Amino acid sequence: MENRKVLVVPCSGIGKSLGTVGRVATYKVIEQMRPEKTRTVCLALLTMGDGDALKLVRENPCIAVDGCPSQCSKKNIEASMGKLAHNIIVTDVLRRNRSLKPDGVIELNEQGDKLAEIIARALSEKVDEILREAKCE
Amino acid sequence: MTLATGKVGIICCSGEDLPEGTISRVATRLVLEKLRPDQTVTLCLPLFLAGGEDERAFARVFPTIAIDGCSKKCAEAGTKKFSGKPVATILVSEVMKKYPHLKIKSREKLEPQEMELATKVAEEIAKKVDEILCKTTKK
Repeated sequence: MENRKVLVVPCSGIGKSLGTVGRVATYKVIEQMRPEKTRTVCLALLTMGDGDALKLVRENPCIAVDGCPSQCSKKNIEASMGKLAHNIIVTDVLRRNRSLKPDGVIELNEQGDKLAEIIARALSEKVDEILREAKCE
Repeated sequence: MTLATGKVGIICCSGEDLPEGTISRVATRLVLEKLRPDQTVTLCLPLFLAGGEDERAFARVFPTIAIDGCSKKCAEAGTKKFSGKPVATILVSEVMKKYPHLKIKSREKLEPQEMELATKVAEEIAKKVDEILCKTTKK
């Protein structure tokens, strides 16, 4: 497990701001909060059956970050026989933070960014947990 | 199934691993929100795989333009495989060659230079939308 990283894979849904929330939360984790422990992979590349992308999701624990209950990221990781370790749906987190009103797809509003920050923190803790458990195995 | 008149479907790769993926995404939204809001629609690319027949009928209902970040052309290949062949493909990495002074590195929030490139890509998409609609109107 030493060289393995946790793959954080957002759906990047383009129709609503919630897809952008998931995407921004992912970048907060892989670029700022846990850059040494995580990376991402293009979901579209995975859905197209790219060999390198398939290898990545099969050899590393994955966290799916989905904007809506369609759960495109989770479903595509599972269909690729990837190692799905955890999944998060932005709408579930939003339900627990009803005061936040995310808006914007090109650029999130302040509340959307705040929601992305909450999700990123939860994802970072999950990354630590996954790697800790893997070390104990 | 017949083509819907007056609308063009824009499918972008949104590639998460590359800055070009973010450019493809932002350029698509610029067209949808600002340049051609009444003539364009979109659909999440991964929904083609995770979705049902309604989603997969998308490119049979609308003429589509694929917006791809890199030469792997996931949007073009995915649309073709699960729905129907796109009428055109715009490759961000190719558009970038026309504007070598515009450097890109961000995957999250775009800097002014990156937003300028996204706008250039959006303008190419809008031009292609007009061409497609002009042809379908003439038919």
